[in-house]
Amino acid sequence: MSKAKAVEGRRSFSERNRLSGGYLLKKTAGSVVLKILRFVLIFGLCFMIIEPIINKFCISIMTEKDIYDTTINILPRHLTTSNYAIASELMSFWEALGNSLWISIAVSLVQIAACTLTGYGFARFNFPLKRLWFACVILIIIIPPQTISSSLYLHFRFFDIFGIFQAVTGEPINLRGSVLPYFLMSAGCMGLKNGLYIFLVRQYFRGIPKDVEEAAYVDGCGTLKTFFRIMLPDAKPIITSCFLFSFVWQWTDSFYSSLFIGGKKLLSTGLASLADNYSNYISVVFQRSGTLSEGALQQMNATGVLMVVTPIILLYLIAQKGFVESLSSTGIKM
Amino acid sequence: MSITKKNKSKMSLAGRRAIFGYLFILPFVLGFLLFMVKPLIQSFIMSISEVSVGANGFEMTYTGIDNYNRALTIDPNYTRMLFDEIGKMVLNSVATIIFSFFIALLINQKFKGRAIVRAIFFLPVIFSSGVIVGLEYNNTLLAGMQQMIEESSTSGIADTLEAMLANADIGEGLLDTVITLVNSVYDIAIASGIQIIIFLSALQTIPRSMYEAADIEGCTKWESLWKITFPMISSMFLVNWIYTIIDFFMKSDNQIIQQVQNEMVRNLDFGYSSALAWIYFGIVIVWIGISSFIISKVVYYYE
Repeated sequence: MSKAKAVEGRRSFSERNRLSGGYLLKKTAGSVVLKILRFVLIFGLCFMIIEPIINKFCISIMTEKDIYDTTINILPRHLTTSNYAIASELMSFWEALGNSLWISIAVSLVQIAACTLTGYGFARFNFPLKRLWFACVILIIIIPPQTISSSLYLHFRFFDIFGIFQAVTGEPINLRGSVLPYFLMSAGCMGLKNGLYIFLVRQYFRGIPKDVEEAAYVDGCGTLKTFFRIMLPDAKPIITSCFLFSFVWQWTDSFYSSLFIGGKKLLSTGLASLADNYSNYISVVFQRSGTLSEGALQQMNATGVLMVVTPIILLYLIAQKGFVESLSSTGIKM
Repeated sequence: MSITKKNKSKMSLAGRRAIFGYLFILPFVLGFLLFMVKPLIQSFIMSISEVSVGANGFEMTYTGIDNYNRALTIDPNYTRMLFDEIGKMVLNSVATIIFSFFIALLINQKFKGRAIVRAIFFLPVIFSSGVIVGLEYNNTLLAGMQQMIEESSTSGIADTLEAMLANADIGEGLLDTVITLVNSVYDIAIASGIQIIIFLSALQTIPRSMYEAADIEGCTKWESLWKITFPMISSMFLVNWIYTIIDFFMKSDNQIIQQVQNEMVRNLDFGYSSALAWIYFGIVIVWIGISSFIISKVVYYYE
């Protein structure tokens, strides 16, 4: 039955082709070639991105002597999971995972909320000194945090706003060692690369036609209501991308984390010091001094990187349906 | 309460909008004033003085533009490195923008396994961030392996291409440029993760009805790429351009950033390293200003 149908379909294709004077065949062939080209290109690029990760994975499950064995290319001869066990012990993985999770989510929520508001303000309102403030936004993207780290440190060690606290309590407050300064900075759009989010959100909102906003005003929406009910739902794709960036950068950031959240165990700071901890561990356990072999260190690093990265990838895969795929349904632009 | 209400109602619409504007950007203004101004000023003061670490913190003596003079006229490496990095930056950022736009167009199409492909293109964002990037740069084992592979294989694709292009009788300079770009495809792919996502999210906000209307009017795909897609996401081109420049300038394998850190950490010469950093920032800002001015002439907003 189905075969007959297929034959009929094929026959009708050649017939249709004849009727169209060869145009149909040309078009189909063209699209097939295009599909194959696209597949090859995408496959190649994906492979290029994934290859180092596969490499890391293989290194992390082999024993050290397999690394130096030149007959082994990818698949290990002696499987082991001991690297993972040691790395998870040294990073105190589960505790750090919990901390990283809540800090990253909270920080990026605060940052995105502040940056969305600011971006909307820059895109939709006219006020004095607007250009100057926007230049400041660009400035905070440009300045790498390392250059101002020492004075930020001192700033939070002796935190004060125009000498108010000094006048009240007699001395400035020490905000170091708690999570608070970082949340304050995030709420003030001064976290990692926050200027970028402001810029992105602003560019996006500038692209929405003014008529939409005016229609809302005519229908009796106030400024705030227009923002929350009309503009915000439209900007979902941009805001989710910003949230993703913010989350990932927070997750892997060791600079701000070690500066402000010193006491807490995080995955990023754990990963940064993993190699050192490992050589200490080896020297204590085996009573062997001296530096560790290069292979063993890299093995440990590869394991650590995979352990830190896997949770984000899992989260991304879970969230992707909600994030990326449903986005095309939003948009009241026209 | 009643007074403020009265004042408000007396105010012009523009005035009220201005107040709302400031309310919206309030988080940024506060954050900037509280956390950024002081460190910035401090670092600038450092750059125009001789800093020594004494018993009670930093001691600074004003020296005027000595540090700047030293960087630009005395230091033998700095100006050379500056030109080096700027040249590399222009080439790489153009390549990154084109590459990421192309990839975003590609993976915005409908095909099987699109979700997986998108997830894979998200990986570079993770692997080029924070601690991980630091570990990658120190990965001597991998570098050694790569070298071994390169040495053992007699002709890679890049070599073949090089031979082919050398025979094809094109200019020496162009040849070098192409070879550099081909060799750094991996770097460009890794560096363009963020740009791809930005372009992708911009592409998704273009209403499909526009393409349909164009299609009905007899527009080809190529035309609708230039007449619809391009103007609609042109505002994101500006963001991506600026971000690409900044990303390249702030990379930790950048010679100048390394020198700044060397001066600061090893030689403890805070004044000189701040001056180096400030010269660098100045150039970046000027370059961003000029190029984004030119780009913003072409950017299309719905206004």
